[in-house]
Amino acid sequence: MHGASFGNRSELHRSAATVSEPVLSVRDLVIGFPTRRGMLTAVDSISFDIAAGEVLGVVGESGAGKSLTGAGVIGLLEPPGRIVSGSVYLNGKRIDDLEPEAMRQLRGRRIGMVFQDPLTSLNPLYRIGDQIVETIRTHADVSAATAWERAIQLLQEVGIQGASTRINAYPHEFSGGMRQRVVLALALCANPDLLIADEPTTALDVSIQAQIIALIKRLCRQRGTSVMLITHDMGVIAETADRVAVMYAGRIAEIGPVGDVVRQPHHPYTRGLMGAIPSAEAAPSARLTQIPGAMPRLTAIPPGCAFNPRCPHAFDRCRVERPEPMPADRSQAACWLLAQSAGVRQ
Amino acid sequence: MSAAPALVEVHNLSRVFDVSKPWLNRLIEREQRTLLKAVTGVSFSIGKRETLALVGESGSGKSTVARMIVGLLAPTFGSVSIDGIDMWAPASAGERQKLRRRLQMIFQDPYASLNPRWRVDRIIADPIKAFRLAADRAEIEHRVGELLGLVGLDPADGRKYPHEFSGGQRQRICIARALSSNPEFIVCDEPTSALDVSVQAQILNLMRDLQDRLGLSYFFISHNLAVVKHMAARIGVMYLGRIVELAPSADLFKTPRHPYSRMLIDALPDLAMSGRQRKPIEGEIPNPIKPPAGCAFHPRCPHAFDRCRRETPQLMAAGRATAACHAVAEGRI
Repeated sequence: MHGASFGNRSELHRSAATVSEPVLSVRDLVIGFPTRRGMLTAVDSISFDIAAGEVLGVVGESGAGKSLTGAGVIGLLEPPGRIVSGSVYLNGKRIDDLEPEAMRQLRGRRIGMVFQDPLTSLNPLYRIGDQIVETIRTHADVSAATAWERAIQLLQEVGIQGASTRINAYPHEFSGGMRQRVVLALALCANPDLLIADEPTTALDVSIQAQIIALIKRLCRQRGTSVMLITHDMGVIAETADRVAVMYAGRIAEIGPVGDVVRQPHHPYTRGLMGAIPSAEAAPSARLTQIPGAMPRLTAIPPGCAFNPRCPHAFDRCRVERPEPMPADRSQAACWLLAQSAGVRQ
Repeated sequence: MSAAPALVEVHNLSRVFDVSKPWLNRLIEREQRTLLKAVTGVSFSIGKRETLALVGESGSGKSTVARMIVGLLAPTFGSVSIDGIDMWAPASAGERQKLRRRLQMIFQDPYASLNPRWRVDRIIADPIKAFRLAADRAEIEHRVGELLGLVGLDPADGRKYPHEFSGGQRQRICIARALSSNPEFIVCDEPTSALDVSVQAQILNLMRDLQDRLGLSYFFISHNLAVVKHMAARIGVMYLGRIVELAPSADLFKTPRHPYSRMLIDALPDLAMSGRQRKPIEGEIPNPIKPPAGCAFHPRCPHAFDRCRRETPQLMAAGRATAACHAVAEGRI
C-alpha cells in the first residue's frame, strides 16, 4: 500500500533505535476489519520500538487505534479485526504469525497485561490467591507451596497490607485501587519482558491513580520490564513514560522523548492537543487551544495526511500525499511542514 | 460573600440515604437500619455571573448536592434558595414553578441524556413548549435554529437524530436544550468527563463564551482539578460528604490549606515537566456508611492528632479561604 516509502521508513527507525536490541519492535503494522465494502483500516502502517526497561506511552483520543495496537501486539484482537500486514518482534523473534497455542504460552510469561477495568481481569468466583498461584504454576514448574509463598510476596510488593490473610479474599472484597494492584501482581508474576497496560488508571480516582502510576513505575524499573502504556491522559504519560507515541486516526503523528513532545511538539496535532489540556499552572483567563472539528471516522479518513482538514498549516501536498515520520530534533513527526523546512534549510 | 446579592444560597444542606436491608432481613439477622450520610452541612452561595465549582473523588457527594439544588432530590436537612425563593418550602410551590425555567442542568453522559427517538429540533424545543415561551410553531423553529447556531451547530442539524452526532456535538445539543428556556443558572455535572481532551477544550471554551454573552451563573462539578481551575472563580473541595475547603481558585492552587486539598494538588500530573516531585497519597477513601470518627480524613492525614480523631472540625476562615481542619485552625500547618 505504501510500498514506495517502505525502505525510507525502516531506515529512519533503525537510526532511532538504541544500540541494544529492542524488546518489542513493531514494523508497518496494519490492523483492519473486513466489511462488505472492503477492509476498514483501523491501524494504518505503524512502526515503533520499545527498548529494554523503557516505558513507551501511547496516547491518543478515542478511536485513534491505540488499544487496537496493544491488542494486535499480544494477539488479542477481537474477530473480525485482524492483522492485515506488518510484523511484531519480541526480542528479535517474530510473534505475530505464531499459532494461537504458542501465543497463549507467550502471553503472561513474556508479555504481561493490565486492562482498564480490574474486575474484568479477575475471576469473581475464585480467591485471588488461587488465581495468582494458578498463573505462577502455569508459567513455572514449582510446587503449590512455593507458588503460594511467591504469591504472598508478590502481593506485599504491590502494596497490599496483610498479604498473608488478604490472599484468601475474593475480588469483590477489594476496592478498585487494590484490585488493580492484584491485577498488576498477576501480570508481573512470571517476570515478563514486556508489560502492556491499557488505560490502567482510567477507572480510578485521582489520589489512587497517582499511587498506581508510582507502583507501575517502581516495579518495572526494579525488574527492568519494558512497558507499553496506553492512555488518553497526557498527564499520566508525562509522569511515567520515557518516550511517547501520539496516535491520530490509526497512525503515529509524532514519537519522541516525552519531555520534547510535551514541551516542543512538532506535529500540529500534538501542538493542538497539548494546548487543549487545561493546566493547573496556566492563568485562569487563558483560553484553551481549540482544534476545530473531530477525528475522522474510519470510513472517511481523508487522503494525504489524516489531520489535514483540521490543520491550520495544511497545504497542497498534505491533501494528496501521506507524510511518513521524519526526524525533527530528537523526535519524529509525520508532517510535511518538516520536509518543507528541511528543504528550505538545504 | 460578594457585595452583590447572591443568586443561589445553599445553607446547611444534608442528605441521608437509607441503605438498609429489607425489613424481614433486618428482623432475622438482627441488624439495625443502615444510613449513608451522602452530604452533611454543605453551605455556599453563588453570585450572578459567577462560577462555583465542587471537586472531589467519587462518592464525595458532589452530584448529590447538584441534584438537591436543581430539585431532583429532596434534602434531609437544610435549604436551597434561588433568588430568594426556597426550592423545597411547600409555601413557595407556585413561585417554584416559575423558578424552574430559570435553572437548567447539563449532565455528564451526552449519550444517555438525549432521547434517541426524537429529532434534535424536538429535543431542543421541548423546554420551550413546556414553559410556553413561544407563540407559534414558526417562532419555535426560529428559536431552535438560533440556539443551534449559538452552540456552534448548523440549524439544519435539527432534522437529525442524536445518533448521527459525535459525543462533543451531543454535548452541544444538551447545552442548546439547557439554554432554550433562557435560564440564568446552569448546574453542570461533569459536563466534559466523557469527552476527549480536544473536544473538552471546545466545550469548555463554548461554556465560557456563553457565560460572558448571556450572563449565566454556573455550578460546576468535576473530579478534574485542572478543568475546575479553568472554569471557576471559587472552588469547594469535598471529602466524604463535607466541604473541607472553600477558596478562591487562585488561592487554592497557590496555598491550599486543608491537607486533603494539598494532597489533591500534589497528585495533579505534572504536565509542565518541571520535575516537581509528586507525593503519592497513602490510603483509600473510607466506606461512607462507616466514616471515621472526628475528621473523616484523619486516617490518611499526615498531620492528624488526637483531637482530629474525636472532634469533627468546622469550616473556619484561613486567609481568603475557609477550611475545616483542626491543624489549620491551631496554626500547626
